[in-house]
Amino acid sequence: MTRELVVAQLYPRDMNIYGDNGNVLAVLRRAEKHGLSVRKITVNPGDKMPTDVDIVIGGGGQDSGQTRVHEDLLAKQAQLRDLAESGTPMLMICGLYQLFGHWFRTHTGEEMAGISVLDVTTSAEEKRLIGNIVTDSGLFGEIIGYENHSGQTFLGEKSTPLGRVLVGEGNNAKDDTEGARSHNVIGTYLHGSLLPKNPAITDFLISTAATRRFGEFESAVIDDALVERARESAKRRPR
Amino acid sequence: MRDFFTVLIGKTVRALAKLRGGGSAFPGLVIEKVDPGFLARALDRLPLGVVVVSGTNGKTTTSKIVVELLESTGLRVFTNSTGSNFSRGVIAALLQRVNLKGETDADIAVLELDEAHAMYFIAQVKPKYTLLLNVLRDQLDRFGEIDTTAKFLSNIAMATTDTLVVNREDPLVRAIGEKVLAEHSSVRVKQFGLSENLLKMFPSDAELHGSDGSPLGSRPSAGDADVILTEVGLQSATFEVAGAPYTTDLKLEGVYNTFNAAAALVLVRQVCGSEVETPALIDALSYVKPAFGRGERIELDGLPLELVLVKNPAGFRLALESFEPEGFATMIAINDNSADGRDISWLWDVSFESLATFGVDTVTGIRAWDMALRLEHDGVAFRAVIEPLDTALNEFRAHSQGLPRRIYCTYTAMLELRKLIAKQTKVENVW
Ligand SMILES: [Zn+2]
Repeated sequence: MTRELVVAQLYPRDMNIYGDNGNVLAVLRRAEKHGLSVRKITVNPGDKMPTDVDIVIGGGGQDSGQTRVHEDLLAKQAQLRDLAESGTPMLMICGLYQLFGHWFRTHTGEEMAGISVLDVTTSAEEKRLIGNIVTDSGLFGEIIGYENHSGQTFLGEKSTPLGRVLVGEGNNAKDDTEGARSHNVIGTYLHGSLLPKNPAITDFLISTAATRRFGEFESAVIDDALVERARESAKRRPR
Repeated sequence: MRDFFTVLIGKTVRALAKLRGGGSAFPGLVIEKVDPGFLARALDRLPLGVVVVSGTNGKTTTSKIVVELLESTGLRVFTNSTGSNFSRGVIAALLQRVNLKGETDADIAVLELDEAHAMYFIAQVKPKYTLLLNVLRDQLDRFGEIDTTAKFLSNIAMATTDTLVVNREDPLVRAIGEKVLAEHSSVRVKQFGLSENLLKMFPSDAELHGSDGSPLGSRPSAGDADVILTEVGLQSATFEVAGAPYTTDLKLEGVYNTFNAAAALVLVRQVCGSEVETPALIDALSYVKPAFGRGERIELDGLPLELVLVKNPAGFRLALESFEPEGFATMIAINDNSADGRDISWLWDVSFESLATFGVDTVTGIRAWDMALRLEHDGVAFRAVIEPLDTALNEFRAHSQGLPRRIYCTYTAMLELRKLIAKQTKVENVW
């Protein structure tokens, strides 16, 4: 019997705008290649957050989508913080990255409370940061994607940046950081989708999850020729 | 007298620009400077007013259908064929049609209005009729938000003076109709819609990736629609017009082009009123050919080659559902030039599983490898990945002898492919 990981996709109905389904699909396919299977659970507002979960993935949305999930997210914050602090790997992109921080200040100056899993704060700015982006993350090598956000995010001391921006803007227009990490939680503005073209991050999520659940993880040798070509062509593109 | 000078200047600039091989919108730019009111005055003179067609998907096809249906009733129609800068483009096109008094021979104008140019345009010209198709994720690169696009369309709707036609099955567009109905009692609001069995083929963008990415089945349909698309066959369809069914052959292909035809029927019925018989309109509709690149059929090696424009997830998804892959050789061409949108994330919101059985022959374009990666994730086999379109087209042609061909392509890929194909076979200049 194959070993199974449970992946929870947070708010796919409202927070799905930049190909976020591709991230879940990438975890599914990659886990198969490592000899694991994946059971996907979708969590929309009003749904119960599963307690027995190995990976949590969430995406970005419209302002209206963010408003719709906000209250529900606050209701689940204790549980999500427990999962994060116990080491559950998570990937939060764009809108949910922002709400996983302490607060998000909107264009009109209202402050939306976040759930403080990541030590970041975000303010909406006039200028949208849009375009192809490449960052250097050390641990995951070069991360390649596309950013599109008007929120500018700044890191506190308890989170470390996911990467340093090589091409593009990243968290904000002021420093050269992109994304944030605390425990095994990754927040980032990169979509494109992120995971299909950055399998090092997919492998991190899967190996962390598998090790936590089964006490071990045996990595398969995977031919990433196709991924390499896609990464090369994406890197050549103008902003 | 003002018109005389403006038109004279415009026509002179146009002639000079032509001599120098300059851009077609240049005379429009000059007129905007010397006589900012020209556009509004020229359009105000049209006896039947201005029709605006807007929405994120299908504007070109729908405008073309509206124009040809109106012409079939004997009306003379002024229309804008291309869109660089919208208002300047319209002025440039007007200059070709007006005499020195600023009068055109047209009865009515049908304008394809891009949301981006809407505010500037409606500040000058109030459309008599507006047709709103949909709000789909298409232009995030330009606007950042679907909500913003909906606001633009709402503003066009609120500026409309006579009749607003809306898509009953698109919640954002339908809501705009309800708003106009509530706030402008003098404006008529008409809807076009789908029968229950066709609804599942038309996901709205918000529903596109409902929890499982699968179609969510029916959504609540509010209110009666003037025209309902009830059946779609291979180049045929059944429309319910004011409650009575009409079945017809079509040169248009695919469910979404056919749904656009339903939208055009509602609008034309409003413009023409009871003077035109439904059977005559349906007959005229059967002759309308697809617009440039929107499911266009070209003949190559004695077999059909279809160019299908795809530019956002809903459009690509509908195209895949519209066209049967069996018996066709398939190529996919994905570019990410600024006219296509630089962000190709949307490819991950389309399911390509329907192509798995017969596979894809060639994947091409600037982002061919991203597309190939996408196909791999859906278990779709492909024969070759070749970035340059010219080499890819030659290889695709060589590997698909004896088969009809279909190419799904983004906008700039379509333009280039069309040029390449035109060197080898006759490509009709539709628009
Ligand atoms: Zn984003």
